[in-house]
Amino acid sequence: MNDTSVFADERLPGGGHLSFVLKRGQLLRLTDLQGGANVSLMLFNAHEKTERLNLPDSLKCQHTAKLTAGHCLYSDMGRVLAAITRDTCGWSDSLGGVLCADEVEQKYGRGRYQELRNGFYRNGADNLLVEMGKWGLGLCDLSMTLNLFSRVDVDAHGALHFVEAHSKAGDCIELYAPMDTLFMITALQHPMDPAPEYAPKPVQLTFMSADASVAEHCRTSRPENLRGFINTDRLFA
Amino acid sequence: MTTHLHPESAVYRATVPAGEPWLTEVKAGQTLRILDLEGNQAVDTLFYSAANPRERYDVQRTLRRQNNVYLSTGSVLYSNLGRPLLTIVEDNCGRHDTLGGACAQESNTVRYALDKRHMHSCRDNYLRACTHDGRLGKRDISPNINFFMNVPVTPEGALTFEDGISAPGKYVQLRAEMDVIVLISNCPQLNNPCNGYNPTPAELLIWD
Repeated sequence: MNDTSVFADERLPGGGHLSFVLKRGQLLRLTDLQGGANVSLMLFNAHEKTERLNLPDSLKCQHTAKLTAGHCLYSDMGRVLAAITRDTCGWSDSLGGVLCADEVEQKYGRGRYQELRNGFYRNGADNLLVEMGKWGLGLCDLSMTLNLFSRVDVDAHGALHFVEAHSKAGDCIELYAPMDTLFMITALQHPMDPAPEYAPKPVQLTFMSADASVAEHCRTSRPENLRGFINTDRLFA
Repeated sequence: MTTHLHPESAVYRATVPAGEPWLTEVKAGQTLRILDLEGNQAVDTLFYSAANPRERYDVQRTLRRQNNVYLSTGSVLYSNLGRPLLTIVEDNCGRHDTLGGACAQESNTVRYALDKRHMHSCRDNYLRACTHDGRLGKRDISPNINFFMNVPVTPEGALTFEDGISAPGKYVQLRAEMDVIVLISNCPQLNNPCNGYNPTPAELLIWD
C-alpha cells in the first residue's frame, strides 16, 4: 500500500445520503460494516457539473458490465472521475439503478416520517436528488447510478439475477480521484435485493490523501485507460 | 401484437440518412415504427415527456422492471419518474441494446485513439438537434437505446460489441403511452461493427 493520510472518517448510516468533493489526489475508502451493504453513486466534475458519470462509456471502453479494481469510472467527456483502486468484494453493479418513492412503498409498504420519525423509508432517487439539489442540480442530472458492493448476474437469455449476501462485513472499495470530483452517495438496499424488510446497512467513509501511484494499475490496465488519464491530466497541465 | 400497419396509411414518413439527427413528437396512442432499411444500422434513440422534457427514458428502471438486459416486444420503456413512456409492441429483429450508450468525440478518443476525436458522432448529433429545438440540452442527454444493435452481456460480466442481428427491412414498433419527444441519431460510427462498418439510412413512420 502506498502512503496515505486520513483526513476525515465518518459513518454513513443506512438510509443516509451525502455529497462532497473528492479533490484530485484524494482517495475514499468505503467499508461495509455489517455485510450486505449497497451504496448508490453518482459523480460529477466539481467545476463543470454538466460533465458527469457516464456508465455506458465506462462499460464499453473497458468491455465490462461489472466494475471492480483496476477499472475507471468515466465522464461523458472522456475523463476519469474516479479509479477503483481496491475492491475486496469483486463486483459493483451497473444495471439495477435506484428505486423511486412509489417503488419503495410497493416493496416495503408505507413508511412515513409521520409515524417513523427518522426511521422513515427513504428511496435512492429522492436521496440523490436532494443531494444534487444542494449543488444546483436537478432531475435531468440524475443519470445511471453505480451500485457499489452489489452484484447482479446476467444469464445467457439476458435475465437478471441478484446475488444475495455478496458483500461481507469488512469488505471495502477504494476510489481515487484523478480530478476534482463531486460525489453523491446514498446507502440503501439494492433495488433487486429480495429481503422484504426495509433495513439499509451503514458504511464507513474514510477520506485520505494519496499519491497518484495508487491508481497506476488502473491507468495501465488497458490502453483505453492510458488515454483516459491523458484526457484527465490535461485539465491540470 | 398490433394489427398490420400499412406504410400508405402512415400520418408521417421520413427517411433519416446515415449520420443525421432527427427529432419529432409522437402523441399518446400513436405508433412509431423505426425501420432498418439496409440492415445492421444502429439507431441511437432517446425519449422524453413532451409535457416535461426533464422526464426521460431511464435505462436502469426499464431493465430492472422487465428483469432482462435486452429490449424486445413487450418491453415497457420507463421514465426517470417511474412512468411508462412507450411500449414496444412489435419487433421482428428480436433484440436491442440499451447499455452501450451513444458514441461521442470524447469517448472515441478513449476507445480508439486520441486522433479519432474529429470523426462524426451520435452525441454531436444529439447536441445539434437539442440546441436547435430549444427544449433540450446537454444535461438531458442520458444513456439511450440502440435499436438494432447487438451488445451481449456474458455471465462473467463482460460486455462485447458483436455483429448486428438485424437485416434489411427489420423494424421495431412502439406505442406512445404519453406525448413524447423522440430524439434520434442515425449512428455514424465507423470504428466498430455496430453499423457493419457501413452506416445506412433508417425510415421513421408514425400512425394514429
